[in-house]
Amino acid sequence: MMETIVFSTLNGVLYGLLLFMLASGLTLIFSMMGVLNFAHASFYMLGAYVAFTLGSVTGFWVALILAPLVVGLFGAVVERFGLRHVHKNGHVAELLFTFGIAYLIEEIVKLIWGKNPLPYTPPPILQQPLFTLWGTHYPAFRIFMMVVAIAMFVALWALLKRTRVGLIVQASLSNPHMVGHLGHNVPLVFMGVFAVGCAMAGLAGVIGGALLVTDPAMALTLGPIVFVVVVVGGMGSLGGAFVASILIGLIQTFAVAVDASLSDLLARFGILVSNRSDLGRITLAQVAPMLPFLILVLVLIFRPRGLMGARES
Amino acid sequence: MTGASTFKTLLIWLGFAVLLIVLPMVFASRTSLTLMNIIGVWVVFALAYNMLLGQSGMLSFGHAVYFGLGGYAAIHMMAAIKSQRLGIPVAALPVVGFMAGMAAGAVIGWFSCRRSGTPFAMISLGVGELIAASGLMFVSIFGGEEGVSGDRSAGPEWFGFSLGPQINVYYFIAFWVFAATLAMWAFTKTPLGRLANAVRDNPDRVAFIGYDPQRVRYLVFLISGGFAGLAGSLSAVNFEIITPEKLGALNSGAVLLMAYIGGAAVFFGPIIGAVLISLMQSMLSDFTKVWQLYLGLLFVVVVMFAPYGIGGIVAQVLNAVRKGELAEKLPGWLMGALGAIVAFGGAIMAIEMAYRVREGGRPFTAFGSAFPHTALSSWAIAAGLIALGLAIVVVAVRWRRRGSLGAALRLKEVAP
Repeated sequence: MMETIVFSTLNGVLYGLLLFMLASGLTLIFSMMGVLNFAHASFYMLGAYVAFTLGSVTGFWVALILAPLVVGLFGAVVERFGLRHVHKNGHVAELLFTFGIAYLIEEIVKLIWGKNPLPYTPPPILQQPLFTLWGTHYPAFRIFMMVVAIAMFVALWALLKRTRVGLIVQASLSNPHMVGHLGHNVPLVFMGVFAVGCAMAGLAGVIGGALLVTDPAMALTLGPIVFVVVVVGGMGSLGGAFVASILIGLIQTFAVAVDASLSDLLARFGILVSNRSDLGRITLAQVAPMLPFLILVLVLIFRPRGLMGARES
Repeated sequence: MTGASTFKTLLIWLGFAVLLIVLPMVFASRTSLTLMNIIGVWVVFALAYNMLLGQSGMLSFGHAVYFGLGGYAAIHMMAAIKSQRLGIPVAALPVVGFMAGMAAGAVIGWFSCRRSGTPFAMISLGVGELIAASGLMFVSIFGGEEGVSGDRSAGPEWFGFSLGPQINVYYFIAFWVFAATLAMWAFTKTPLGRLANAVRDNPDRVAFIGYDPQRVRYLVFLISGGFAGLAGSLSAVNFEIITPEKLGALNSGAVLLMAYIGGAAVFFGPIIGAVLISLMQSMLSDFTKVWQLYLGLLFVVVVMFAPYGIGGIVAQVLNAVRKGELAEKLPGWLMGALGAIVAFGGAIMAIEMAYRVREGGRPFTAFGSAFPHTALSSWAIAAGLIALGLAIVVVAVRWRRRGSLGAALRLKEVAP
């Protein structure tokens, strides 16, 4: 029992931090530009693939730095030559554009790297166990991932709240014309924000690809959950995204770990369901992938601005 | 409406009906009948979807839910007709599908239509994922991964019309496509349809004149869900099977692409999109394995450069003809189209060669000459074609903006 709880907590926090690495970039882009980037998880996927290809030449550590830069550059190109032109047609057009980009990236990845999963693994030095609990080794890579995620959060927070660049970026959101008159290049600021957001997704990909699987479906499996995180946390709130990521990571991991069926749960409340019906047979582990979406719908109904969001939409 | 325009509309609908009747006589082969049946299902689904996207400005990422639930309702009814000997002909199942889609819309729309814009899109995504996931979970209703299959030959026959022969299935689908299209077109003319447009354009003003925008959205959502369910039931009768996949994101994405590429701003746009993409799906897939990439490329190009879709372009041309401006505008349009074709040709060449880099196979051939992907020259030609096409498009756009070709060719902006 203790074993399950400790491991589920560790893995839940780990998964939550991976979600946060993705969600922070998405939140950054959303809060600055008002664009809910549907292709964000696709940039994550690109990060993993680029890191795999670069890594086979330069090794993991160089790829860890270079791959996010490549993805960020690609993001800048997408913003400059695509998103910027669509902007005048409103938010729905922007959402549709990023949806199209997500579709395109998935097809391009299939074209270049094929449909099968890649054998992308962390370097041997990070694969060795850091500590052993109840006879199970806990690889160093997982702790490394936690450190990177937390470093990213701190760096981003410091950049936005403590530097002049952050000041200009925040001002560009609320008063683009005034900032423009003061001599700053506002479109360039937006391009930079989008590129940084994409680079963060790319960094998450370098790590997430090695932790989970690297295949063309990875964007589709994680993409919707990242939206859930951003919406549940409150659109545009970095702290909210952090809390929501950890929360969803924990909930999903615990739901998988707990070996109980829904009928057991309902029996606690005095509702008896036959074990032979669908409802009786479904285990909590099976429900786990649905839970984030259930939370999303409930949050949007009862608390539309999310856990820590400042504004409604 | 004046008498002349009423007559014209009547003529168009009559022409549509005649077209539906004549089509299987022209394309009588089994494959073309199968293809036309599939197109019919997509036409209804895309039109239903566009009721939300084009008419009311609601972007849904989960409309396959209503399609799928309508299909499941129809297939279970089909089973009931067979086992319970209900006196209902299978040909009337679309009514069941419509009601199921509408009922699902009534429940889900109740909370999702409170929001609009991006939050609405997010809720639809969440609900879509939720229902698609439960589709695999509740095996007794959704049949697990194999889905539920049925038998369309059960039940009584209306006037000796059985759904056995494929041609009869075609006419069954054609009838419902016509009925649904007519009903959805009529809906755009109703006060509610007009209000939906107003809510799309300016919800605040609609609230000021005393209507509740939420309520309008909800009602439109209901009706759209109903027609999506109808399309789902057509699909269930056509394939005699429905699987949980039909509830999922892939289906929702496909209908979005169809409605948008075809043109969300005009009524007939989604019909163009449904026909075009179904044809692409069935024909292009024989020629190239990466046809979905072309579809994605087409979608992004449409979002960027033709936000009103192909239907919007057609409407623009028709409008110019009506105003007698065609001669003046046509050269610029033709040049833009030429540039687009050249650039797309270059892109196709690059993509096909890129595909062969990894997979090998016979070299890409066009106009009788082969372009091996190993030769640098073929890559240069592809890049050159893309650049040339884009240049032509740029000149064509400037031509329209600056009024004369000479001014368009000068690089620097000229004062208007």
